[in-house]
Amino acid sequence: MKPAPFAYAAAGTLDEAVELLGEAGEDAKLLAGGQSLLPLLSFRLARPSHIVDIGAVEDLDSIHEDHGQLRVGALVRHATLEQADLHGPWRALKEAASLIGHLPIRVRGTLGGSLAHADPAGELGVVAAALDAEIVLRSVRGLRTVPAGAFFLAPLMTAADADEVLVEARFPAPGDGFRSVFEEFSPRAGDFAYASVAAGCRMADDGSAHDVRLALGSVGPTPLRAREAEEALSGSMLDDAAIVEGARLAAAGCDPAAGDWHAGGEYRRALVANLVERALRRLRQPA
Amino acid sequence: MTGSGSPHPWLGPDEAAPVALTVNGTALEVRVPPRRTLADALRDAGCTSVRLGCEHGVCGTCTILLDGSAVRSCLMLAVQGQGHHIETVESLAGGDGLGPLQQAFDDNDALQCGFCTPGFLMLIESLMRSEPGAGEERVREVVSSNLCRCTGGGPVVAAAQQALASNRDGR
Repeated sequence: MKPAPFAYAAAGTLDEAVELLGEAGEDAKLLAGGQSLLPLLSFRLARPSHIVDIGAVEDLDSIHEDHGQLRVGALVRHATLEQADLHGPWRALKEAASLIGHLPIRVRGTLGGSLAHADPAGELGVVAAALDAEIVLRSVRGLRTVPAGAFFLAPLMTAADADEVLVEARFPAPGDGFRSVFEEFSPRAGDFAYASVAAGCRMADDGSAHDVRLALGSVGPTPLRAREAEEALSGSMLDDAAIVEGARLAAAGCDPAAGDWHAGGEYRRALVANLVERALRRLRQPA
Repeated sequence: MTGSGSPHPWLGPDEAAPVALTVNGTALEVRVPPRRTLADALRDAGCTSVRLGCEHGVCGTCTILLDGSAVRSCLMLAVQGQGHHIETVESLAGGDGLGPLQQAFDDNDALQCGFCTPGFLMLIESLMRSEPGAGEERVREVVSSNLCRCTGGGPVVAAAQQALASNRDGR
């Protein structure tokens, strides 16, 4: 179908964007890369009264490290993230970006759009949850940050208010030796993942794992942290027995309910166990 | 309403705005209301190699190049195209017939009904430019972006590999 009618304005600056969004009212939508919004418009699942296009807003498309924390602008494209020089603690971000949709989607799609869309299968939300990212929101009322754990409320629902623009994700400085990886399963390249895992930990000199992070995608209404598994794994040597137990706990703790007609709940649970195992085995390999 | 930047920032739902595009090297101005997609605007402007399959970003049939990279033109509003360079299949043909990528499709029977072919051609053209060394596995991964209901996809992969190989040998 064709999108329903809406009024449109293109913002040149962030100040202009928040002002336009503020005056457009409750039924306005932000447009960045459009890779999630355009299908919603075409299906007429979304019928916004106004669209504010932030695609040309300057200074929202940089990736840089700032006192050890990584700051990724809302307009950073998945294709840019995929090709960025990100390793060690940020590897999961790069790996996740390479698995989002197909190549033409990654050329246009943005980090901010993916986080704001809040699809439980969205790869970047899972990484944000695992790495305790802070989501930075701007409106005419000012700037505020929301931790990833409080940002995702339900499928396609976030803590961002109607007049707020997501401007950046900040990934806090990790401890020395922290590393992260991302794993997912989808039946074909580019499809929505049936399950995904972002995993991270700090490897001590004696080979023990600390500050273990496990976040799961597509198996609940939002990205989920597998806290029980994280606790069980922290301090372990990531030996086979610890990994198998961690995978079991992660699978037991997630909530795929009955699943859907793509993949049932028990199948998704089995995938989680498998993916967690795979991710942890990669984490214990020498960097 | 008061916008700070320009005096009249809002374009009404039924208002048509002039959008300046460069299509296959030629300047083109289209006038479109905001809800018009880039795919529709290009077709209306006579660029009918751009095909619409699903109209919601699943089939890849409307793939074009935007500033040299493959994008789905049904997933962009025409107004978002302002100032950008667009390439379609019309740019691939040589002076006296098919370009090498098109010829590879012919050689490998990579099309039957032909409806999806322009999208595949532009997708593979972008791969040839950004990753000239792409191997079979990468070709399969990238080509899985688009749907072909006739060939099963195998001949498309073969055509892409032939085009990549002849490109590397200096076409």
